[in-house]
Amino acid sequence: MRYHRPTSIGDAVAIAQDASGTCRFLAGGTDVLVQLRADLVTPDDLIDIKHLPGMRDISRAGDGWRIGAAVTGAEMSENADLKREWPGVVEAMDLVGSTQIQGRATLTGNLCNASPAADSVPAMVAADATVTIAGPGGERTVPVAEIPVSPGRTSLQKGEVITAVNLPARAARSADAYLRFIPRTEMDIAVVGCGINLTLDGDTITHARASLGAVAPTVLLVDAIADALIGSTLGDAALDAAAAAASAACNPIDDKRGTIEFRTRVAGVLTKRAAKIAYERARGQS
Amino acid sequence: MSMIHVSTTVNGDEVDFVCDPRETLLDVLRDRLALTGAKEGCGTGDCGACSVMVDDRLVCSCLMLGAEAEGKSIATVEGLAKGEDLHPLQEKFIEHAALQCGICTPGILVATKALLDKNPDPTETEVRYWLAGNLCRCTGYDKIIRAVMDTAADLRKAS
Repeated sequence: MRYHRPTSIGDAVAIAQDASGTCRFLAGGTDVLVQLRADLVTPDDLIDIKHLPGMRDISRAGDGWRIGAAVTGAEMSENADLKREWPGVVEAMDLVGSTQIQGRATLTGNLCNASPAADSVPAMVAADATVTIAGPGGERTVPVAEIPVSPGRTSLQKGEVITAVNLPARAARSADAYLRFIPRTEMDIAVVGCGINLTLDGDTITHARASLGAVAPTVLLVDAIADALIGSTLGDAALDAAAAAASAACNPIDDKRGTIEFRTRVAGVLTKRAAKIAYERARGQS
Repeated sequence: MSMIHVSTTVNGDEVDFVCDPRETLLDVLRDRLALTGAKEGCGTGDCGACSVMVDDRLVCSCLMLGAEAEGKSIATVEGLAKGEDLHPLQEKFIEHAALQCGICTPGILVATKALLDKNPDPTETEVRYWLAGNLCRCTGYDKIIRAVMDTAADLRKAS
């Protein structure tokens, strides 16, 4: 394995483009090093990017945010402005692993690992986040939902690397929330995850995005949940319709963490609960 | 296999070492720098026995390459005591019998010091969540939590 420490993103892309064997980018390393140790993936070329300009920065991009690819979960949780505007995205990332993992793990890594159960991904999809990708053809920006294509696989092409996650401007009276179900209180992988992002006019929901994790091969953006919520003041009828839409969207597997039946049911329950949290947060915003 | 030369700081001392690109920071600490306080439990970031500080951030040294230590400041359990004088946390762990086999103890000491440096007055719940990534198969955790709460109270009185 060759360890590279390029001096620019351009050089990092060039190394990846020229790599003939297995190539991995290294940011937090909390998945890459586990795969290395387990002999699941032994890269021929490992390209460390976290020292490159902008990779460790959380910065304003217009009225939105740019979160560099090597920003850790701990750094996100410590950013009060980011947490106030995007509490759902920050709480989702904060659920990943222990204090130690939070000191290294990144949003971009959680996305590129392409686990269907990744906690931060439904929250990013509900937030309508995009990623900036650097590659041999230059830079492009794509929605987060287009990155994972199947468990463990992404749509990134040879030589491409995500350099940042972009969160849009936070509208007035809007907020997000993320909830997951795990059998324990800490340190586990989502059985179901749900991200909800709402915008209100007065007390009426005017815009909604809803996303589910761990109930299909990739993260789901569920328009039917949003449709059930929009126009409502989150009464019981809207909540029941949203829960039904969530359960109907599920296409889960049976495994040791949960059965198909359980995941399908819990997706509805979490959708209601996450919607209530996002709604109360949005009502608290001016 | 080409070896990598790394310059770093460990417990305040400037250190140079040469390592294979696949070696973790934990491998380097134990096998090249003879700092065997950090332990390998799982090797996959689940147990926390290898916890160290890197640039004042608590991390699992098994989930970081030795090569990534270039230019960093690393603190291990060996830096806790001042000569023969144990750190108050170490004193309290002995007093409360907060360890049995001792494998998890260095990681828990490093993790707990990181918490108390950041938050000198944590609740028991905060301590338990902070230490959720440090597994102990002997004590049942309760004595560890008592030792941490007692140390925190003592340090607050002293400051």
